[in-house]
Amino acid sequence: MSAVALASAHLKGPHVDFGGLAPLLALLGGAVVVLLAGLIGSRWVRAQVVPTLSLLALGSALGLTIWQWDARKSVVSGALRIDDLSLASNLVLIAGGACAVLLAWRSLAAREAAHGEWHALLLSSIGGMSLLACAQNTVAVFLGLELLSIPLYVLCATELRREHSLESGLKYLIVGSVGSATFLYGLAMIYGATGKTDFGAIAGALARASLASDPLTLTGIALCVAGLCFKASVAPFHQWTPDVYEGAPTPVTGFMAVATKVAALAVFVRLFDVAFIPAHHSWGPAVAALATITIVVGNVGALGQSSLKRMLAYSSVAQAGYMLAGIVVATRLGVQATVFYLAVYVAMNMAAFAVIVARERQTGWGDAIDAVAGLGRERPLLALSMTISMLALAGIPATAGFTGKFYLIDAAVSGGYTWLGVVIVIGSMISLGYYLPVLAAMWMRPAPAGAGRRGDPPGPGAEALPALAGGSPELEPEAQGAVEPPWQARGERVLGAQPEVALVAIAAALATIFFGIIPQPLFELVHGAGRALGLL
Amino acid sequence: MPPLSILIWLPAITGLLAASLSWRPWRAHIPPASPPPDWWGQVSPAARARSVRDPGQRLSGRLALAGSLATLALAIGYITEYKGPRAGLQHVTDVTWIGELGIHYKLAISGLNVFLVGMTALLFAAATLAANLRSWERPRLFYFQFMLAESAVLGAFLAQDLALFVAFFDLMLVPFYFLIGGWGREPGRVRATLKLVIYTLVGSLLMLAAAIATGVLAARHTGGHITFVLSSLQATPLGRGSQEWIFLFFAAAFLVKMPAFPLHGWMPDGYRAMPIEVLMVFSGVLAKVGAYGFLAIVLPLYPQAAVHFQTLMLLLALASILYGSAVAFTQTDARLIAGYSSVAQLGFITLGIFSLNAQGAQGALLQMLNHGLVVAPLLFIVALLAQRSGGSEDVREMGGIAFRAPVLAALFLLVALATLAMPGSANFVGEFLILLGVFNAKLAIAAVAFAGVVMASFYALRLLIGAMHNRVGPGVRSREISLLDGAVLVPILAVVGLLSLYPQLALHRSEGSVKQAITPLRAPLSPPGPYAARGGCPPYAAQPGSGLRCRALVLGRRR
Repeated sequence: MSAVALASAHLKGPHVDFGGLAPLLALLGGAVVVLLAGLIGSRWVRAQVVPTLSLLALGSALGLTIWQWDARKSVVSGALRIDDLSLASNLVLIAGGACAVLLAWRSLAAREAAHGEWHALLLSSIGGMSLLACAQNTVAVFLGLELLSIPLYVLCATELRREHSLESGLKYLIVGSVGSATFLYGLAMIYGATGKTDFGAIAGALARASLASDPLTLTGIALCVAGLCFKASVAPFHQWTPDVYEGAPTPVTGFMAVATKVAALAVFVRLFDVAFIPAHHSWGPAVAALATITIVVGNVGALGQSSLKRMLAYSSVAQAGYMLAGIVVATRLGVQATVFYLAVYVAMNMAAFAVIVARERQTGWGDAIDAVAGLGRERPLLALSMTISMLALAGIPATAGFTGKFYLIDAAVSGGYTWLGVVIVIGSMISLGYYLPVLAAMWMRPAPAGAGRRGDPPGPGAEALPALAGGSPELEPEAQGAVEPPWQARGERVLGAQPEVALVAIAAALATIFFGIIPQPLFELVHGAGRALGLL
Repeated sequence: MPPLSILIWLPAITGLLAASLSWRPWRAHIPPASPPPDWWGQVSPAARARSVRDPGQRLSGRLALAGSLATLALAIGYITEYKGPRAGLQHVTDVTWIGELGIHYKLAISGLNVFLVGMTALLFAAATLAANLRSWERPRLFYFQFMLAESAVLGAFLAQDLALFVAFFDLMLVPFYFLIGGWGREPGRVRATLKLVIYTLVGSLLMLAAAIATGVLAARHTGGHITFVLSSLQATPLGRGSQEWIFLFFAAAFLVKMPAFPLHGWMPDGYRAMPIEVLMVFSGVLAKVGAYGFLAIVLPLYPQAAVHFQTLMLLLALASILYGSAVAFTQTDARLIAGYSSVAQLGFITLGIFSLNAQGAQGALLQMLNHGLVVAPLLFIVALLAQRSGGSEDVREMGGIAFRAPVLAALFLLVALATLAMPGSANFVGEFLILLGVFNAKLAIAAVAFAGVVMASFYALRLLIGAMHNRVGPGVRSREISLLDGAVLVPILAVVGLLSLYPQLALHRSEGSVKQAITPLRAPLSPPGPYAARGGCPPYAAQPGSGLRCRALVLGRRR
């Protein structure tokens, strides 16, 4: 007894600044609470209280993030750093997570996977991303990466009775593990070359010794690039993206599309614009080449896709390429442009995914482009949200997508990569070839004949869509569901979708427009993020 | 006068008002999908019945009309208010929009845009009136897009910041995309729209990259903060190498928009697909944004490149003139005759701009106005003719329409004579100045371009005779123009007449700004251009007592 007391008196653990960790703790603690709440027997509690609780967890994480706003500190012995970059990415991640919770509220995925588990997985994945965004050494990075990935593997497969969902989860698991392993191998080599795990120390070592051109270092950097490219779906490591995006339940796809990209690019920024900055001359051109390939492959791949989710998957590949341009130049402006685009990217994509979720529940066309045909006539608010999202992704002025692309090209040209700016522009041109047909379908085509309204069997065209032939799974719960109260039906008629889905779509679209016209608040956020990286 | 922002945003706001006032989503039934009305005036009975029941149809149309008329009134106010030939910007609005990127929300009236703004407002008002004469599917959305288009075009003309100009230039495509795709004619409506938008956006995205490069390179040159304000950019000219690729990117955007010869691929399909009211403004106004861009942006900012590529641009313009005229001979679709004649006319305008001297540029500016004011009524007349020939726009099926429609015939005659640049019309003055400018710059090109003038009379008269005279076509039922249709045409033609009688109205006011726009060209031009030192006049003209005093001829009447 006394020995324990003695030992505890002598053992002095590192000082833990719980204030700095608070957002992370809120997320992970929220995951535990949600998991426990999911055990309660009442169906109502599971279906309604659990999502509310996870929203609360996200809300408190948001509050705590804002509470930590002006903090610039290292926590956990320098493993994590709370600065403007991590706070900005936290905000974006929490927004993305909240959208995912709302979209999944009545989805089949959450029900089949038991609500508690589903939301707990989501929250811990967000926790992993948040960890990743503030990681300051290679160990924390890897920890965050795994914490992000493993719940996502499971989430992709949560529509248990749909083959494609399972396929998607398995595929993501295998490819993601290869990515993680590659990344880990790269980190090990960096450690072997420099003997450090801390980003700052790695940069110091690379700068001092002539390690920046050492083969071991370069191999390590290359492997790190490859591993992160798997996560951020950068070509040629993107092949999993369309299949996984298409197969996963749409709320998960939406979450994956935005949040994973935010986390992966945040760590890209930290690793390459802090730790590997002395070796910039060797990785810069290589990453620029990757960005070019990604832009071309993503944009060309998206052409002619008839599934909206696949199209958005390829589009997300292309967008990752745009954002890499901001990292390639390794300037403060570049980092700012990347972070700006990330924030914008979340808003643009969430609007699109929310509309897809709504249409999956309303028609028998799943995520095929036919599902949105005639939407402008039927449900103008949804169609407007989708329109804004597509226009923003294409980079049309008066949307935040234009400002974001402008910023990225500005950064590329200022950083001496004018040709990369031109590549971004060429990519945007190609992208019109797949964004505009969506608009054409919504506003210029009547709804396809036989497109079932809710509850109708899928139209005759459904046989032609093998991916959906298993029945549109999202239809079931509605068909079985209790009769909705009349006010809800009326609200749905005005909004065009279930209120929470419509809320996500409209809020994301409004944010896209708002930040396109008044980007100042976003610039303030981004400025701090650029300053946070001391070495630039 | 109120600030320019009001002029710009008034149409969009009334459009939004028109769209939202009569929107009752909770009562919305989901109508069965029906294709849009097939042809001008021939609305399906079902659509007509629905439009009668739908109060939004009338309300939104009237509101949009009121908005466009108010804009027209404001624009006229700015024209009367515009002070003389003194160069410089007037009614400046300058607010920092995005400080980090150096983008200013800077609008101003100058001699270059004051009349173009007036023309835009006039043509949009006329087109909105024309649109009010028929009923539309989804009228709220239609009028909203239409008014948004007006705002964007006005913004592009008034922007004095390069990035803002690019933003408006791209933005104006969005409403047109929906207007053409949503209300265009089958067949091939969606396809034509896609083609048009991709063509034009490819150009304008290249322009975006070029514009950003301009700002960044200029900032690197001065070492200051990045800015896109035109006047500051003009103060720091770029190196020659950068100017050249940037020039090419800008030229691609503007030539597509015009459209000019090798880049006109979207034009035939696009013209065929557009509803005529949309086509009136598209052909009348949007094409001019490209030409205006050359004059207001490319020449002042990239003078060395402009001189370097002068011959190329002149040859392209010449090709446009010859190709457009030649194809206009062979077409039987009245719309496409108008379309290809626009290619030729825009070729003349490009020719004038790239003569790189004051006469040519002034002629180009005048011709921009003339072409807009002529092509819009021409297209509207094509629609009127089609109404009388059983819905066909094919010249072969028309004929003899003048029989019982003397007023329509007279109006058409006026338009046709203006199109072929009859002496006495403002078009004649414009083409004369252009050819004079080119004559001073490149003699051979001017000589060939004269052929275009001749060809214009051929296709214009062919259209006039084929439609109005000759044997009465099989499905033709001649009837007089209605009062409301007349109300669309007459104001535009009145302005055409005014400019014909008194072209100095425009020339005098724009002179200072035009000269300022081409001043930066002096330095790069003077070594090769033999006449530049003498103010762009050939030696015999500058000598006292010479028979042809180019200066006096061009600008002299004001003295």
